[in-house]
Amino acid sequence: MRELDFLGATMLQLLGGVPLTVGLTAGSVAVGAVLALLLALLRANSRPGAALVSAYVFVFRGTPLLLQIFFIYYGAGQFAFVRASVLWPFLREPWCCALLALALNDAAYASEILRGGFAAVPKGAVEAGRAVGMTRLLLLRRVVLPLAIRQALPAYGNELIAMVKSTSLASLVTLMEVTGIAYAIISETYRAIEVFLCAGAIYLVLNFALTRAVAVLEAKLGPAGT
Amino acid sequence: MSEAVIEVRAVRKRFGAHEVLRGVSLTAHQGEVVAIIGASGSGKSTLLRCIPLLEAPDEGEIVIGGERLDPANRHQVERVRATLGFVFQSFNLWPHRTVLGNVIEAPVHVQRRPRGECVAEAEALLAKVGLADKRDAWPNELSGGQQQRAAIARALAMRPRALLFDEPTSALDPELVGEVLRVIRALAEEGRTMLIVTHEMSFAADVSSRAIFLDDGVIAEEGPPGQIFRDPATERCRAFVRRHLERHLGR
Repeated sequence: MRELDFLGATMLQLLGGVPLTVGLTAGSVAVGAVLALLLALLRANSRPGAALVSAYVFVFRGTPLLLQIFFIYYGAGQFAFVRASVLWPFLREPWCCALLALALNDAAYASEILRGGFAAVPKGAVEAGRAVGMTRLLLLRRVVLPLAIRQALPAYGNELIAMVKSTSLASLVTLMEVTGIAYAIISETYRAIEVFLCAGAIYLVLNFALTRAVAVLEAKLGPAGT
Repeated sequence: MSEAVIEVRAVRKRFGAHEVLRGVSLTAHQGEVVAIIGASGSGKSTLLRCIPLLEAPDEGEIVIGGERLDPANRHQVERVRATLGFVFQSFNLWPHRTVLGNVIEAPVHVQRRPRGECVAEAEALLAKVGLADKRDAWPNELSGGQQQRAAIARALAMRPRALLFDEPTSALDPELVGEVLRVIRALAEEGRTMLIVTHEMSFAADVSSRAIFLDDGVIAEEGPPGQIFRDPATERCRAFVRRHLERHLGR
């Protein structure tokens, strides 16, 4: 009985970290998606842009996310001009640093996924759009993006799941999301197995919901392939 | 003669070292059905694609409804394209929209007409091409013939002043050709202005009011279908038509 009480109490405490985990994921994925779209468009439309974007992707995909978080959290404050800038009130906050690192990292992966999606858009669908007099913006909005996103969605779903799990690294810059709280409980109770099992269950439920949402979106965007 | 809807003036187009169109001029008047025939590589499709500037001519002019197109004026080109219905060899339906979604897409988003009106008109058009029961199907659930008929309904939904058909039956299995040709024939009988690039000689002879034989990037012969298909003046055209009619009878 005392076992169950402990698990129940642990679960309740861990659930307190869910809003932060979800918030970090949602925030970084939202910022990351906008950045990824801009990166993918830049890559597709200009040669120097393409070089810039591949350098960006190279750096953010090629280094550990934890280093990126540390770099922004510990590194940014080393520079006087950063401390003097209008961004300092944000960069001083661990929440902002973690979110920024997660978003920049997500953007690198998502832009690559989107690039594959763009490449898979059938030329005939684009031509049909031009033939009915669509402007370039309308063509992008009504034909190219929906088809690219539909094509990229399965891979992007994986990326979203990876992002949920990546938020656990934010615990290392003092943020008390689910993993951070789990650490704290363990350092008081030394009951690592039970606590991590509870934390793992929470991530599983979050990712299950996410997977279902992506599947619904896939169905809504029409059949895959051409 | 009635008003010229489409005028092509001395158009030249090259791809790399190969000059596909070497000074082609043609005019389609209101209500005319112009068949464009010729061997593969003669420039028929390129000529048709130059009309809405899907390919930009290197030289020459395109005039639609009396308005000369300026390839640098994107706004004008887009506006004029919306007045021409283009039907592709490989249908090119939007795979992420249902049949109805394909038909109403451009009327709603390009012409900005009220959605309800567009849906009602689209349903009538789908009934006309025999696809009333397919309105909620996805393109990949349709046969080639059904896809092409949906694509024709999509072109008609823009209330175009002319229809351009680029080998509309060349990508179809032989048993599906007839259903598409029937739809095109009905449109010809309505008195619509149409340009049809096709290899279906007997169909072209039947529906066209004028035929053009394109050979190696120039118009080698032009005239009423009775002349082009039954009594061509040039040896090239005679040989071409005979070859295609034989193939047709052969199958």
